[in-house]
Amino acid sequence: MKFAVIVFPGSNCDMDLLWAVKDILGEEAEYVRHDADSLAGFDGVLIPGGFSYGDYLRCGAIARFSTIISEVIRLADEGKPVFGTCNGFQILTEAGLLPGTLLRNESLHFICKTVQLQVVNNQTNFTSEYQLDEVIQLPVAHGEGNYYCDEATLETLKENQQIVFTYAYDNPNGSLENIAGIVNEKGNVLGMMPHPERAVESLLGSEDGLRFFKSIVKNYGKARANA
Amino acid sequence: MMKAKEPTAQAIKSERIYSDWGLTDEEYRRIEEDILGRMPNYTETGLFSVMWSEHCSYKNSKPVLRKFPTEGPQVLQGPGEGAGIVDIGDGQAVVFKAESHNHPSAIEPYEGAATGVGGIIRDIFSMGARPIALLDSLRFGELTNERTKYLLEEVVAGISGYGNCIGIPTVGGEVAFDPCYEGNPLVNAMCVGLIDHKDIQKGQAKGVGNAIMYVGAKTGRDGIHGATFASEEFVEGEEQQRSAVQVGDPFMEKLLLEACLELILEHADILVGIQDMGAAGLVSSSAEMASKAGSGLILDLDNVPQRETGMTPYEMMLSESQERMLICVEKGHEAEVIELFQKYELDAVTIGKVTDDGLYRLNHRGIEVANLPVDALAEDAPVYNKERVEPARIKTFASLADFQPEINDGAQTLLQLLQQPTIASKKMIYETYDSQVRTNTVVLPGSDAAVLRVRGTQKALAMTTDCNARYLYLNPEIGGQIAVAEAARNIVASGGQPLAITDCLNYGSPDKPEGFWELWTSADGIAKACEVLATPVISGNVSLYNETNGKAIYPTPVIGMVGLIEDLAHITTQEFKAVDDLIYVLGETKADFNGSELQKMTLGLIEGKIMDFDLFQEKEIQQLVLAAIKAGLIESAHDCSEGGLGVALAEAAFKQGFGLEVKLKMPLSFLFSESQSRFVLSIKPEKQAAFEATMDGKAHLVGKVTDNGVLKIETQDQSIEVLTQTAKELWEEAIPCLMK
Repeated sequence: MKFAVIVFPGSNCDMDLLWAVKDILGEEAEYVRHDADSLAGFDGVLIPGGFSYGDYLRCGAIARFSTIISEVIRLADEGKPVFGTCNGFQILTEAGLLPGTLLRNESLHFICKTVQLQVVNNQTNFTSEYQLDEVIQLPVAHGEGNYYCDEATLETLKENQQIVFTYAYDNPNGSLENIAGIVNEKGNVLGMMPHPERAVESLLGSEDGLRFFKSIVKNYGKARANA
Repeated sequence: MMKAKEPTAQAIKSERIYSDWGLTDEEYRRIEEDILGRMPNYTETGLFSVMWSEHCSYKNSKPVLRKFPTEGPQVLQGPGEGAGIVDIGDGQAVVFKAESHNHPSAIEPYEGAATGVGGIIRDIFSMGARPIALLDSLRFGELTNERTKYLLEEVVAGISGYGNCIGIPTVGGEVAFDPCYEGNPLVNAMCVGLIDHKDIQKGQAKGVGNAIMYVGAKTGRDGIHGATFASEEFVEGEEQQRSAVQVGDPFMEKLLLEACLELILEHADILVGIQDMGAAGLVSSSAEMASKAGSGLILDLDNVPQRETGMTPYEMMLSESQERMLICVEKGHEAEVIELFQKYELDAVTIGKVTDDGLYRLNHRGIEVANLPVDALAEDAPVYNKERVEPARIKTFASLADFQPEINDGAQTLLQLLQQPTIASKKMIYETYDSQVRTNTVVLPGSDAAVLRVRGTQKALAMTTDCNARYLYLNPEIGGQIAVAEAARNIVASGGQPLAITDCLNYGSPDKPEGFWELWTSADGIAKACEVLATPVISGNVSLYNETNGKAIYPTPVIGMVGLIEDLAHITTQEFKAVDDLIYVLGETKADFNGSELQKMTLGLIEGKIMDFDLFQEKEIQQLVLAAIKAGLIESAHDCSEGGLGVALAEAAFKQGFGLEVKLKMPLSFLFSESQSRFVLSIKPEKQAAFEATMDGKAHLVGKVTDNGVLKIETQDQSIEVLTQTAKELWEEAIPCLMK
């Protein structure tokens, strides 16, 4: 499987994503610049964390006007997996690929720590390697991770089982209903504040993120076999 | 806005305008008579005033810095460049430096701290290295007044704002509190980078006709005279210095970092030299680059990218606008550089060229506004051997009886010590720093040293900053030795071999004989410790005049140390790992209470003679620990420092909520003694014999780790029983409580 890791000016977890899927998982992955105009040949998109355009105006608000975004949307429309972590999640909401928005943390402080996450939907292409309701440990590192959407949207999210991860015990940012990660209706675009790419080696404290990427690869393989 | 007309050369001399900029009469005379043979004009006087400030010229501290050992087989680059470089084998090296940003942080704490971080990062990538980690050493007054809380909150926010955005993990450091820092907080930032030997750069401008190019952010009027400002004391009521503080933009620096590294790694053939525009901005970087190479320079200031209109040469040359670099490029290749920086939407402009006449010439709107010998600016600043007098307190301290604590309730004392802000958990602070970005951080903040793996190898780097300034206040020489020794102890406890140090020498005014004596004497201690522990000084900076209303801070030479962990398997942390593991104390505990946290907590001040300290014994103890770690005999290792054995034992139990059962053959008070050269170690029971065989009788078995969550410590006269959870909560909540 060949992943594109999108690099915006100010992205800073791009290397971590590339390392996780390429060096740890052994899949193909390449950096693609924000001003590139094609994602031809890529099977999936990974949008990294960081501070695209310095978080100026609003997190992700400028990045979503980048040339590459129309290609990301095209792949999403084609049903290919698109994943955004942290600032990547923020960009996906700004680009309209995911509903809701990410507000400033309730504490008003940036927070970096490992949190307990509950996998509340393991029927997605991103989480099929986890058990339902399994509690996993992933790091968070953000100042604006407080997920919010209106009531109607929340109802839709619940009806369609689009809420994928919730904070299990301790909500680090005050997000609505402890939401940590959601998927689009079609199930191929996922955004989350925690960083699975930071938890793929026991040396660094947790391997719980590894199955996230394994799920993507495995389900992509299955889909191709069925095609 | 119309600008006031610049004073004439004659007016500068007759009205002694130069003295407002920090130049003395003798320095002005030297410039006029010995160097130029004429009166310097306005711009030239400005150039001299910043280049001859302590911050740029080290005119007061040079004789002190000469004491430091700077060489060793591992040293690839010592002091004198943007940062020092140490070999770590396999063609790789580690680059590091620490720098203070105290004065700006006292005035405008968010931007002061943020630009401190930004500046030290540029020093690292100007060497060609990829920055991999940041550490911060902070000092504040007591958390009892609102101003101090505001300073802490904003300094931490500034560090977090800059480091998180640029995407370099903030992995360690220290925060300590003492009343002497109330008006003059210390903000020292350290950056560590990785480099392949072949990519090492120098800040030089050579080769006649080669282009001097300006890259990065535009120049504004911020930070003018920042270097001079950093070389003065604060006086109440004088707040006009605010314009001397710069404003940072970490997004801009992220772009600059990536662009510069691409230039260095992929266009090495056309790059001659590169240097950060830091203190004293354009003048300092350009003059130093030319002077180091024995060249001259012509700069055309009309080409300098400016974000304000009507800037004068003086303002452009002295501005400390952030996120700018100066590079020297082979002539004819300017277009390649412009194209590369264009990709990052950054300015890259040719502003001058290299000459061979040793002159520093500036043109502005068709007029030559400065023409000076370049060495006069960069090299020929006067060097002062200041007068030194031992402060009266040293004799007083020598005559005092040793502090003998009386402890009625040992458990209460332990809990109180754990809540002292200097000892209490700094989690509230470090959780606002992204400590994991770039996914190399193996040991996160909170242990003795931070550890980062070196990708593609089995190696790791341990790093720490340390300085207990109270010991230096009692005795600068011994205190200086201890600062280096403690840093090394933290590296060793993490499984690393100490490699070298960087230092931030934070002191009061050198113009006071007592102040200079402290600097001079502590340098002797640092130098000796560096020699014995084989950790040369490879970089650093000096921050003097840390005084408010005539009162100096404690002498505070912050030591930043990096060590090499040869194998990932050697990485060791401070916390106990399993129930029934045996607990040992390595080293001797004596009645050492002067300068201790206990003394400060009890008396509200520190005084007395410093404890006995033996560097050779220290080295021996450290070698024992490192050898045992390498032999796989040790589960956890923790340096015994502020708060003594009691605090060290509790901290080792906290992470997993273990209990412990310890019997000590000493009086209760010794539990809080701060005798040096000690470690708390834990080992697997089955390794007891093997472990003891390596310890030369110096490690004392004191007890074991238990699963009952109770810290049970028996001494000769009293027993303590405290719930681990209770102690941990108090330790973690102390600073958040004080900040409310």
